[in-house]
Amino acid sequence: MYNEPLADTTLIGCPHCDLLQRLPELAPGASARCPRCDKELWRRREDSLNRTFALTLAAALFYIVANSVPMLGLTIVGRAASTTVIGGAEHLWQHGQQMVAVLVLLTAVIAPALQIGFMLAIVLGAHRERPPRWVGTLLRHHPTTRTWSMIEVMMLGVLVALIKIADYATVIPGVALFVLWVLVFLLAAMQSNFDSREVWERIQWAEAGAPASAGNRVAEGTP
Amino acid sequence: MRPPPPRCSRACRAARPAACSRAPRQGRKKGRCPRCAEELTFRKTASFQRTWAFLIAAAVCYIPANVLPVLTTTTAAGAESDTILQGVVLLWSPTGWPLSLIVLFASIMIPSAKILALAYLLITAQCGSIKNNTQRIRLYRMVEFIGRWSMVDVFVDTFTAALIQLQPLMSVEPGPGLFFFAAVVVLTMLAVESFDPRLIWDATSSKEVRYA
Repeated sequence: MYNEPLADTTLIGCPHCDLLQRLPELAPGASARCPRCDKELWRRREDSLNRTFALTLAAALFYIVANSVPMLGLTIVGRAASTTVIGGAEHLWQHGQQMVAVLVLLTAVIAPALQIGFMLAIVLGAHRERPPRWVGTLLRHHPTTRTWSMIEVMMLGVLVALIKIADYATVIPGVALFVLWVLVFLLAAMQSNFDSREVWERIQWAEAGAPASAGNRVAEGTP
Repeated sequence: MRPPPPRCSRACRAARPAACSRAPRQGRKKGRCPRCAEELTFRKTASFQRTWAFLIAAAVCYIPANVLPVLTTTTAAGAESDTILQGVVLLWSPTGWPLSLIVLFASIMIPSAKILALAYLLITAQCGSIKNNTQRIRLYRMVEFIGRWSMVDVFVDTFTAALIQLQPLMSVEPGPGLFFFAAVVVLTMLAVESFDPRLIWDATSSKEVRYA
């Protein structure tokens, strides 16, 4: 069932062109690239886990604030209106665009929440002596949440909408607007400080839990 | 007499035994990773078929996305519907032209460029091309990186519609084109996800082995 691992853990197959190569030992901040297709294979980060943890925690707090206060408001001849991120999706839903509403909710609310939540769980799990297996599961699915989390795209969209509306009405930027801009940078920093290889190297192996060939690794994995 | 060399079973029919040997190998499962328990495959499963399917679906949706209105503005004077392109024109002003350009790029040029670029990558990979590999992998990375920005227009319309609710003065509602436009963005993103960039290099690596 499980494949035989190679003893040499510095060997790596490039994910973009499949060239088998050896990873050099890197200094913090340095990166290794594939000699054939120039894909960045690994970038070593200094104090990766602690920095990522701090940034993720900050991102989680900002995320909660961003989704609970109004983002945009406007006044026009004495009348006022305001909306939150979720309010925008809700309005689409009520006006017959349920699919688009789900997409907006997914890319602007759910995926960022998963991105932050997964990262928090990964970093907390990785702080243990021997990170448990579920850390690996989250680590494997984390890139997907990152692909669909589009807060920075939303902020550009909001900017364009602001300019459009400014022709008709006075726009009042809400607290969430500023918080979301900070969140964009926090998420980028969180992502670039994280070194997944460091976590993979310490994680508890799946094979240890398998009934066959368990023996030695179970004893090593449980304190 | 020597038997003829095996031929590619794919569309191009070229005599490339090396590239042909890759076909049965594609997507075949090879046990699990002992570290993360993921079921391993040599390549992404059915990459060509899936990418083509998503891509054709995206190209079909691209037409209604640009023809149907994405926003309907109702004022005391009556209702007016705008397509994506009309939205770009409306945004064009002495001060707002940079944003107008951003929307033009994100909503019209990026989706069409993405569809063309992926079709080019698929066709060259399927024909076992060994030319311009570095440029093709760069093109793939560019498509992967830039694709998400097409969502800008969906967000613009979402928040414009959500805010301008001042009946009976003025109200803005999302139009049917928005669904198709969102579909184009999602389908092209799925197409990029299902394309396996290693397919670009397969023909090259087998040649390297042969002529080494």
